[in-house]
This record gives sequence, structure tokens and C-alpha cells, in this order.
Amino acid sequence: MPKSFFIDTSRCIACRGCQIACKEWHELPANQTRQQGSHQNPPDLNPNNYKVLRFSEYLDGDTVRWLFFPDQCRHCQDPPCISVGGSLVDGAMIHDSQTGAVVYTEKTSKISEKDFENILSACPYNIPRRNPKTGRISKCDMCFDRVSHGLVPVCVKTCPTGAMNFGERKEILDMANARLAEVKKTFPKAMLADADSVSVVYLLTDDPQKYYKFSVAQNDSGMDRKMFFAQLFRPVRKSASSVLRG
Amino acid sequence: MTNHWVDLKNADAFLIMGSNAAEHHPISFKWVMQAKEKGAVVIHVDPKFSRTSARSSFHVPLRSGTDIAFLGGMIKYIVEKEKYFKDYVVEYTNASFIVNKDFSFNDGLFSGFDSQARKYDTKTWSFEMDETGVPKKDKTLQDPHCVFQLMKNHYSRYTPEKVSAITGVSPENLLKVYDAYSATGVGTKAGTVMYALGWTQHTVGVQNIRAACMVQLLLGNIGIPGGGVNALRGEPNVQGSTDHALLYNSIPGYLGTPVADWQTIADYNKANTPVSKDPKSANWWQNKPKYLASLLKGWYGEKATADNDFCYGLLPKVENGVDYSYMYLFDRMLQGKMRGGFIFGLNPMNSLANSNKARAAMDKLDWVVVSELHHSETTDNWRRPGVDSKKIKTEYFLLPSAHRIEKEGTVTNSGRWTLWHHKAIEPMGQAKPFGFMLVGLMNILRNKYLKQGGALPEALTHQDWPKTYVPEDWTKRINGFFLTDAKFGGKEYKKGQLVPTFGALAADGSTSSLCWVYTGSFTEEEGNKTKRRDAKQTPMQEKIGLFPNWAWCWPVNRRIIYNRASVDPTGKPWNPDKALIAWQDGKWVGDVPDGPWPPMADKDGKYPFIMQSMGFGALFGPGRVDGPFPEHYEPVETPVTSHPFSAQLSSPMYKSVSSELDKLAKPGDPAYPIVLTTYSLTEHWCGGGETRNVPNLLEAEPGLYVEMSQELAKEKGIQNGDGVIVENVRGRVEAIAMVTVRIRPFTVQGKTVHLIGMPFCYGWTTHKCGDATNRLTPSVADPNTTIYELKACLVNVQKAEKLTEIV
Repeated sequence: MPKSFFIDTSRCIACRGCQIACKEWHELPANQTRQQGSHQNPPDLNPNNYKVLRFSEYLDGDTVRWLFFPDQCRHCQDPPCISVGGSLVDGAMIHDSQTGAVVYTEKTSKISEKDFENILSACPYNIPRRNPKTGRISKCDMCFDRVSHGLVPVCVKTCPTGAMNFGERKEILDMANARLAEVKKTFPKAMLADADSVSVVYLLTDDPQKYYKFSVAQNDSGMDRKMFFAQLFRPVRKSASSVLRG
Repeated sequence: MTNHWVDLKNADAFLIMGSNAAEHHPISFKWVMQAKEKGAVVIHVDPKFSRTSARSSFHVPLRSGTDIAFLGGMIKYIVEKEKYFKDYVVEYTNASFIVNKDFSFNDGLFSGFDSQARKYDTKTWSFEMDETGVPKKDKTLQDPHCVFQLMKNHYSRYTPEKVSAITGVSPENLLKVYDAYSATGVGTKAGTVMYALGWTQHTVGVQNIRAACMVQLLLGNIGIPGGGVNALRGEPNVQGSTDHALLYNSIPGYLGTPVADWQTIADYNKANTPVSKDPKSANWWQNKPKYLASLLKGWYGEKATADNDFCYGLLPKVENGVDYSYMYLFDRMLQGKMRGGFIFGLNPMNSLANSNKARAAMDKLDWVVVSELHHSETTDNWRRPGVDSKKIKTEYFLLPSAHRIEKEGTVTNSGRWTLWHHKAIEPMGQAKPFGFMLVGLMNILRNKYLKQGGALPEALTHQDWPKTYVPEDWTKRINGFFLTDAKFGGKEYKKGQLVPTFGALAADGSTSSLCWVYTGSFTEEEGNKTKRRDAKQTPMQEKIGLFPNWAWCWPVNRRIIYNRASVDPTGKPWNPDKALIAWQDGKWVGDVPDGPWPPMADKDGKYPFIMQSMGFGALFGPGRVDGPFPEHYEPVETPVTSHPFSAQLSSPMYKSVSSELDKLAKPGDPAYPIVLTTYSLTEHWCGGGETRNVPNLLEAEPGLYVEMSQELAKEKGIQNGDGVIVENVRGRVEAIAMVTVRIRPFTVQGKTVHLIGMPFCYGWTTHKCGDATNRLTPSVADPNTTIYELKACLVNVQKAEKLTEIV
């Protein structure tokens, strides 16, 4: 059964429990960061942060708007990254048929930097990051290990306010739509970001661009040539567990 | 908290003020959000728009240090618009009491002020008594000397125009808050107040909270689900450590510290045990002698007998009128009047006001023992930047302490729930729990006194002290034992068995307890109740999220205190949809009621406010040193030179010290026109001594910043991300500018006042993350508690040419 996240930004308090828990679960080392005039740190996704809380603020007339966006891979229903890179190295980039998780393995280190750039440019959400030292490409893996043992992803587990939710796709979409109807009463612009095409459904209360450039898909209007050709040679979906567990 | 975390979900309105709950108590927002989704209004009043504000219904910016003006305006609004819950106010508060005819208030000062001594003679802050010794009342609330009329008159000065002029809050915003919040004064709605250090860390800290209590009493919001005055306590176990008397002014269970005047237990009990002649007043503190005797038996065991005053004479007595809190402690240290000391789990070189003074004061000590997880600004004070460590005489001893996940024991959460936590892993290296260190240290000292003698060796050698540290043995000692065979509640107990409840504690030495409020937490019948994790509840309890079988809560597992105020005098809940207790078929159901007596209207009934000697919620509160009604006074360092309510600019009684390092800016000082407020942040804990050593947390918040408005940044030529210098008469601090729309200039008395905010968690032992913000804050304090005024002082800010403390 495919799984999905529902990320309700109207409930997010930006405590960054998810950002830190993700690092802890994946045992990712800390980056050396600097205070540069923002709470958003690290400033962007990187090989050591699969999840980053993005902060955005502006004055709406006399009202302060402070928007929180826990950014992570959307685990697309039809992942362009897999279309572009899925056949490059066997077992490196997997779209799991059971959960819908898009998982990158250690074998991504065999993918060239140039191919990585194509993979990144195919991503409508600017997610994958490459470790220049090891060549490994990484991002949110839907806590595939946890989920395959019946646990929820660690970011969901740690969220205190119900901003992060996870479950069967149908139930999650029902939850998202019900919540949207409620939130629209207060925030008429509220919307679900690309709900049909992703497994990570964000509820946004404001104009998506006020949150972050890539809060909604940025290059879904047209595929470039590389993506088109890549799609022709698209591999058959595999069960990730068979690959990951060897 | 009068209430508890889960109970927040029952509120119809939230006044979050003096707190940034979402950032500092994130779990609270689980329940706040649930209430909000059911339609509750969430109001955040705070100088800065924070993550709390982002999730609130609306945010109202307030100049730091003007909360009483704001709340005084609310009291005026509630009284004049008759928004108060009349039945509750008349029956359960002291609104109807007739005050001493000689009580007065004149131009910022209450009657009895001695300006030389900066002290009040409080004898006129009293009530008129009838011939039986019971307070005279006028339940019509019309008598000009009744509390209600005095209160109405007192706050008549707090007009929206005046409040607006001094707080910087627009009149529209004032009325928006007053209107939304006072809508709860109807008996079937609940409003809760959530506060934290944003209220306590002012020279009027206690009165800030008193003002909130008055609002809550007027609206009938105390003792009910979704109500209360909720001090948010957290991970530092402030609740537990306060219960067990971490502070100098009390001994466990909120009993006063013995002073030199009270040389015998009889003196102590006479001075500390309140008397009520009103048969309907429970006057719970009349039981104090039982708790003191049981405490002394817990401390001195069989050595404590009725003949020797239960060893009361062995307790150290503090000098009358001498203040032993940090501010004075470090002042005496700087004067060379102290030789050494122990510091456990605290980083005072970063957390105390006026760090430059605190750091210099520590240099005067011969020796310091610090027990910590990591090196901190305190453990390494001798090698801090700018000092020649060869010239520091202090010898430092470091005791590596176990982390909380490396030890077992209890913590008490903000809602007074005592929860056992298990050891997850063994301590690293030679690290040990504090309990191990203290038990061992005491045994070494006892042995020395036993072998070598000394002055008053019995103070130590008479103690009933264990050979080794076993946490759960202490949980039992805290609960207390029967020391003779006894019968209680129709049941026989043997000598040495656990006491079932504090009702069984006695003044004759037949029981022990190391903290009476915890008696009942560990019983013969149910074992260690702090380990209970049972979510079972009755349908009535389920409606309001009450979990009586989950852990244990003091007192006597009562989840919401003063719960007799949630029902009318006949025992019917004011709000049947969210009933907390109810009198049904001759007994109480729901929460554990505040005492077993029938409802108040019954001939054996009692008033609900059982810890008040007279039994009533105190709108007029004569127990505080600085006045029975909260009055607006400016912070000691204030950007204004006058305010609209009186000629008394700052608190007439604030505490201060006067070393050469304790300089203060004058009111309205043109050299330092900007208000600085200081705070914590989500990612670091308190002074940061622990969390700056957690790489993932340091990654998320790596260095000291100063949040400032775009307007101020423009005025000063500062760009976002620039290095800046924040300075005042006491210190100079480097920080990175965070220019934000979330802080905006205030208009105060027609002039622009800028406010900036800085966290206090960064220190020099973490590489180039910045150093103590508290180098800027003043050693001035609340006259009741001696808590520093860390939330408002004066500074100036400029762009830095270069930075040395921060990268």
C-alpha cells in the first residue's frame, strides 16, 4: 500500500524537532554553520541534512507573517529523478512499489557528477544533494528502514503538534482535504501543494512563493530533452526492499 | 501550573504573556493547537513576534516591562464593563472583604511606606474583622472600603489612552485583547494564562503574576479545566527543585527557612502557622507543625525527639532580613567575604545578570567545586578571555556528572506530575549522579566529625543518613514513614511502613516525610506511583483529558488545584460540559477534591481557596512586600523619565547592590536609548552549557544574534548578517544582526522607542559563538524574590568594525 506524508504548515511551530531527529536517526554529522542573520540553519539541504526547516517572513499590511516550511523529498508518484537516473547504476536509485518511497543507495556514489546535475535539474523541488568527497547522492529516504518495520518516519514521530503526519495514502489525502477545508476559513489562500503527484503533501496557508521558491513544483510544465529520452528507457518499478535487503 | 499540560486543550481563550511557549515549551503547543482548532482564541502579548505568535490567533507587541499597565487596563475593563463572573467573585474571592480604613494609596505609594528604609509597614494592609474574628464582608460589593471598590478605584487610572501611551500597544489592540479574553468571565468558558520568565524576571515580577491572578479570579478562571495561572516549567525540573527547596528561602514543602528569631520549634510554629477563626475556612497551613515535625524526623531519625525539639536547634538559621539569593551572594563574593562553594548543574558565569561582575567575583574564591557534563564558562572561568590565568588564585575541582539519561529518579513536570525515569545507559567514564556525590560527600564529612569532632558535630552526625545512594530509597523517604504502629483511615500500619497520605502526618514525631506535598506518592498499597503509566479514566475524566492513573501528581494526585472553585456553592459544576468535580449522592466525583468536606453551602462545607488562611482568592493580596495591588512601575533602566500613573517611576522597593561593577543607566539616558530584552531559544537550554556541546543543536543555532527592527537597522546603517556591538554601562557584547519585521519600533508617549532582543545561551567556551549576553544585564531585582530584571535594560548598538568573539 503506498504511503504518504501530510505536512500541515498551519500546525508547524518550527521547533526543528524533525530536522534534528532526521539527522540523529540517519547518524549524519553536523555541519559547521554560521549565524548569518536567519534562524534557517543550515541554510539549505546538504548531504548531512535531508530535512531543513525553511523560514520566511514578511509584513502583510500591519500583520507579521512568518512561514515555516519543513523541506524534504516529496517522493513523487512518478519521480523525474528516477526517470533521469534510475537506469544509470543498478540498485542506486529505487522507487519502491510498496511504499512509494524514492530511495537512493550507496551505489549512487558510482553516478557521475554530470549525471547528478541532470538528476538535480529534473527534480521539481531541488532536493538531491551530492557529497563531493564520496560522490554519494542523498536525500530523505522516507525512513525506509523504520517504515518497513511498521514504524512512522522519525520526523513524524518527533513532531509535537501534529504538523507531520504519515500513513496510507488514501487516509492521508482524506486528512489533508478535511484540514484544508477547515484552514481555508481562516486562510482563504490555503492550498495543498501538488497533492496528486507527490507522496508528501504540504498544506500551505499562503501564496506558495511566500514560503519558498520550490514549495511547489518549479519545472513541471515541460520536460527537457534529456528527461524525455530518459523516460523512454524508464526501468520497471522494483520493490525497494528486495534491492535494499539484497 | 495550577493546572497541567493536557488541560490546556480545555481552554476557550489563551493569554500567553511573559512566555514564548511554542519555542521554550514546544509540547504545550500540542494542546494549544488542539484548543485552537476547536475555536479557542490564542493571544500572544510579547515584545517580539516569535514562533508562538506565528501560531496564535493574533500577536500584540508590548514594550518590555509594562505588563502591569497592560493588565491593569484589563482589570479596569473587566470591572467597568461588568465582564467579571459575579457569583464566583462574590462567593470565592475577597472582593467583598472590608479593608482597614487606614489603608490608602497615594501617587504610586501604598500606606505605610518608609522612604528611608525603602520598606512598607504593612499593618494597614489588613481586613476589618467582626466580633468573632472573621473578616467583615459586603456581598453587594458597594462599601467604599471593600476590596472590589478599592480595586475599581485603583485601576480607574489605567485608561486605554494612558496604557497605550506607556506600553506602546495601540488602543485598538488593547481593546481587542481585553474583549476577547474577558469573554471567558461567564462560568461556562475557560481562559488560561501561560507565563514564564518573561514575567518573573522584572523588578515587578511577582506583581506581574499577581495581576494575572486578579484577572483570572475576576473571570472565574481559577480551579477550572482550561483555566489557571500557569507558570511554565520545563526540563531544568524547576517544579521539582522548588518543591524540594532548592532556594534559600524555604525548606522542603514550602516551609519557610528558619531565621535567627525562631530559636525553638515553638517559635517557628508560632510565627509560621496561620490562624483562622472562621469555621468554614480550611486554612490548610494550620497543619504546618505536622509537616515540620515529620521533616525533622525524616532528617534526624531517631535522634529527633519531642524533648530535643526534633533537633530543630541543629538547623542553621539565617539572619533576619538578610538576603542569601544569587545577587547578594555574588556581591559578597566580590567583596571577598566568601571562600569557596559548590556549583551543581548550573552555569552562573553565563546565566546570572552582570556576568562581568559574576566572573570577577568568582576570582575572589579560594576554591570552587563544579559538577558538570561538559566544560563550561563556569568550570573554566579561571582561563576566560582577557584574564591572566596565572593571576587567578581560585582552585577548581571538577566532578563529572551523569547526564539525566544516565541515571534514574524522578522529575516533576510543570503540572506537578512526578514521573519516574529510568536509566537508559551507564554514565560515561567516571561520571556519577549528583545524589551519589552528595551522599558520599556527607559521609566523608560525618566521618571526619565523628573522628575529629568540631563545632556542633551533631548537625551532621545526628542525621539519618544512608551509606550509599539508592534513588528509590529517597523516593520512599520523601513520601515518609510511620515511625510507630498506627491506625489511619480504618487501617492498621506497622512501624516502618509508608504513610498513605499527608493527612496521616503528625506533629508528635510519630511520622516522617522529607516533603509533605509528596506524601502519597509511594505507598504500601500501590508502590511507587511515579511509575504508573495507566491511561484509564472515567467518562467524566475523559471529557477533560484528566489521567489520574498516569504517574502521580502533588498534592494527593489532585490534577487541578483549587478545584472546589469549579463548582457552585452546592457542588454543581459551573460548566457541566467540562466538569472537573461534582457532588453526587453525597460524595465527590471527578478529580481529587481540595479536601473531603461537602460543598461550601453545606453546614460542614469549606471555602475553595484552602491554602489561603481565610479561604478566599486574593484580589487584595496583603502578603507581598511591595503592595496589595499590582501597580505599574518602570524597569530600573527605562527609556522614559515619567509614566502616566504616578510620580513613582520605578518600584519603590526594588533590590539592588552597589559595587563598582553595578552601574546603572539613568532613566531616559540618551547614551543608551534602546531597550534590550533577553531570552532563551528552542535549540539551546538555559545558559547553553549542555546544548552547545551537542553538534546538531549548535548546527541549527550556531551563534549569538541580536534581533532588531528594520527601522533601527536603517537608522544605524546595519544590514542583516552584519557584526554589531551592543553595549551599555556594564558591558560590551558582539553579535550578528538579525534584521526582522518581527520586531517593530514602539511609540511610547509620542516618541519612538526601539527594542532589541538577544538570547543568553552563548558563551566563550564554544569556539567563536559569541559570549555572555548577560554582561549587559543589571543586578537589580524583584523585592519579593530577588529574581533579576533580565528582561529589560538599556543599551546602544552599532555596526562592528571587526569581531573577535564571534565568526
